[in-house]
Amino acid sequence: MKAVVARRHAVDFLSKILMGIATVVGVFFLLWILWTTLRFGIAGMHWDLFTKDTPAPGTNGFGLRNAFVGSLGLLTLSMAIGVPIGLMAGTWLAEYGFHSRLANAVRFINDIMLSAPSIEIGLFAYAIVVAPMGHFSGLAGSVALAVLMIPIIVRTTDEMLGLVGGDMREAAIALGAPKWVVISKVTWKAGRAGILTGVLIGLARITGETAPLLFTALNNQYFSTNMLRPIANIPVVIFQFALSPYENWQQMAWAAAFITVLFVLVLSLVARWFLGKVQVPK
Amino acid sequence: MSGSDMTFGAELRPVSEEPKPAVRWWRLTGDSLFHAAAVFAALIAAAALFATVIAIAYDSRLSIETFGVWRFLTSSEWNPVTQTFGAFPFIIGTLVSSAIAMVLAVPVSFGVAVFIAEIAPSWIKKPIAGAIELLAAIPSIVYGLWGLLVFAPVFSSIEPWITQYFGAIPGIGLLFQGPPAGIGMLTAGIVLAIMVLPYTSSIMRDVFLIVPSSLRESAYAMGATTWEVAWDIILPYTRSAVIGGIFLGLGRALGETMAVTFVIGNSNMISPSLLMPSATIPSVLANEFTEATTPLYLSSLIYLGLILIAVTLIVRFLAVLLIRRLGRREGASA
Amino acid sequence: MSIVSKSRSGRRLWVAVLALAISGVCAAADSTITGAGSTWVYPLVAKWSEAYKVKTGTEVNYQSIGSGGGIAQIKAGTVAFGASDMPLKPEDLKAAGLIQFPTAVAGEDLVYNLPGIKPGQLIFTGPLVADIYLAKIKKWDDPAIAKLNPGVKLPNMDITVVHRSDGSGTTFTFANYLSKVSPEWEQKVGADTSIAWPTGIGGKGNEGVASYVQRIPGSIGYVEYAYILEGHLAWARMINKDGKVVSPTLKGFQDASAHVDWSKAQDFYVILTDHKGPDTWPISGCTWQILRKSASKDTNLAVMKFFYWGFEHGQGMAESISFGPLPPSTVAAIKAYWKNELGYTI
Repeated sequence: MKAVVARRHAVDFLSKILMGIATVVGVFFLLWILWTTLRFGIAGMHWDLFTKDTPAPGTNGFGLRNAFVGSLGLLTLSMAIGVPIGLMAGTWLAEYGFHSRLANAVRFINDIMLSAPSIEIGLFAYAIVVAPMGHFSGLAGSVALAVLMIPIIVRTTDEMLGLVGGDMREAAIALGAPKWVVISKVTWKAGRAGILTGVLIGLARITGETAPLLFTALNNQYFSTNMLRPIANIPVVIFQFALSPYENWQQMAWAAAFITVLFVLVLSLVARWFLGKVQVPK
Repeated sequence: MSGSDMTFGAELRPVSEEPKPAVRWWRLTGDSLFHAAAVFAALIAAAALFATVIAIAYDSRLSIETFGVWRFLTSSEWNPVTQTFGAFPFIIGTLVSSAIAMVLAVPVSFGVAVFIAEIAPSWIKKPIAGAIELLAAIPSIVYGLWGLLVFAPVFSSIEPWITQYFGAIPGIGLLFQGPPAGIGMLTAGIVLAIMVLPYTSSIMRDVFLIVPSSLRESAYAMGATTWEVAWDIILPYTRSAVIGGIFLGLGRALGETMAVTFVIGNSNMISPSLLMPSATIPSVLANEFTEATTPLYLSSLIYLGLILIAVTLIVRFLAVLLIRRLGRREGASA
Repeated sequence: MSIVSKSRSGRRLWVAVLALAISGVCAAADSTITGAGSTWVYPLVAKWSEAYKVKTGTEVNYQSIGSGGGIAQIKAGTVAFGASDMPLKPEDLKAAGLIQFPTAVAGEDLVYNLPGIKPGQLIFTGPLVADIYLAKIKKWDDPAIAKLNPGVKLPNMDITVVHRSDGSGTTFTFANYLSKVSPEWEQKVGADTSIAWPTGIGGKGNEGVASYVQRIPGSIGYVEYAYILEGHLAWARMINKDGKVVSPTLKGFQDASAHVDWSKAQDFYVILTDHKGPDTWPISGCTWQILRKSASKDTNLAVMKFFYWGFEHGQGMAESISFGPLPPSTVAAIKAYWKNELGYTI
């Protein structure tokens, strides 16, 4: 009997050690990746990154301005496409569909889309935007990014609007407001912290996405704000520069990676802060 | 006073006059427009899934017509010169790299999840959980960059050791032959494992916390060790969601492009060794898509994309189904 | 080349409406030409386009995605010019409604990463390189390599072969040369922008191959010469058709070019590998620009103006990165070719 107990305790002790090791391994890789990104990224930081454009191969230039501007343009356009669709779809689920079979089916499909491989979405955007237009464009890239963003916004909007208390809605209806006014002026306003959280998380998701941009927005070594043509962007520039033998290009790749990670981390932190402000009904 | 005294002038109105509507007509139109917009948006969100599959299937038809299904799936010849295309090496590459990732990530995720849920003191729970979730926030291109420029050189100094010891074992030694390039199937599998870890471990941790404390506490009260509670009580209870979480991680690994493209070595040959370069469907799409010189080549690449989306759809469908099943059982959303 | 053709007009209408809405918001850069293709010619086009922008204000946006990509994109009409180091055959050009003209001559070389072995120290022959790439020779201290390099301390390391993962004219030139010198290579593999490599790691672009060779000890790869200069890689000497040991030099490339009659070549289809001559570099090549006949006159003229400017004013820049300028007679022939094929010229 004692032997059995001793064995069980040994197994327990061993498993605790292993699980501790597993956790250490996970945190170790995280710290390793963040540390190298920080170390090489900061080494490559320079004011020129924001004031000059990407240099030609083999020259000694230093600059990422066109890539930053292009990425900002892509993110803005993606939000312009994705946020309205995501917001309205989430609103439909929370305010019209409720828990009907159709609404649940839409939620299920949306959950599947949450984990869609980004390269597939890139192929989709190629088929419906690049091929008919006849050339690559920032618009195609934005469409791809919007499709990646929408499921996140739908899900958070749906959940957050569901948390808004019925009393406020009922008060508005009692005052004679039509449904769309109730939703837009009362419900959205009440749930705005949560909705904003969803937008920020969606934005964090699409920052740094490279695969869908490879065959939609392509790249551009010059400064441009024209979304109907290929446009420079940070992820594809990192891809190109990292796989090159030029030192200045590799340094810029790390600097860009560092800035991207910083941006995503800030977005996630801000999103988390907003999430804290969401009023959960008692 | 009676009610009729309050309605000033009401008796003076002719009876035939139409009663005024309770709500203005333009407010009703506003309602229908808004409703229509909401329905439309929901339809777009849901239709995106089908539209993606349809668009990709449509653009693969040339290749499907030329190579059929069975031949394309089993042919190892990917030769743009002779215009013969077969998906087999890429299917194998995708499956093997994802399998390595899951074999590595699942036990580690389980360990992390149990550690956070059961073992860690409460002051450390949140930071560790946050740290693991941070791994998911890192964009995949940074994983690729780190994998190629930092991890691969380190790994290439370990590889000769691996070849020497594991490569000498008869049988599975074949898995560990090859020059110490630092990149290849195994490296890709390891980087994928790190990427999958936060997904599987968060879901496991979330569902472990849903297990009713009465169940756990009664087990502890009977003298069960932490390991026994985790393995014999928590895991069976959350089994379907855990499997769902594993599928979610698998879906991520199958579709991952950038991290894999950087470190897999881009070779279209199938090799028994894990240390040799390989290719996956996403990596070959990233490398060759903008360069397909003929319609058949382009269509074959899109056909590869179709295979990938079919596989990941099934995996993701099962993942969502299984995760929701536990949530429904508990009456809470997972 | 359109895969998506059925409801093209419907999609075009939808896109046009959307484009109208968006173009009102965006600044349109009118004087921009987009080209794509060969990574081989990228250093040259990049240098020329930087100077051209200063001179004329026109931006030439070039994406180096490989010759295969250049050919695909110009066929699809998604770019104004496609750059390829593999010339298209006259019948293929005609069938696709394209024209091509040469830009400059250059060469490619093998590069290696071996501790203690300096650039220019190793000597290879074509058949030897073919055997390495066929995976017949697997270690650096193989007797076949040692025989050509007496006195060099070759380490007992595995050879990690690096090739291109993308469609490449550099690959075409390399494989073309190997096909000429190794019957086994010609039979087993052949030559094209994308081939079925018997072994090795694939790098994206000349840059990717150079990058892998830089990082992996014991590796060997082939890159265009400008990349060797810029990346400070260890390059090899070769034994050419005359049996002489040669180094890659601008003269070596131009000697190869002197052996072809540019005026007789239809659509400038010439191959510069494995030519005779004491200083001739065996893996020399040319690089072409491809235009669409059906593209707008303005687009084609803009492209032609840019490259003609390079021919007239960019020779110094070309030579500084070991790209050999075309002889004046060839440039004149190009001008006449444009008039002939398109009906207009600059």
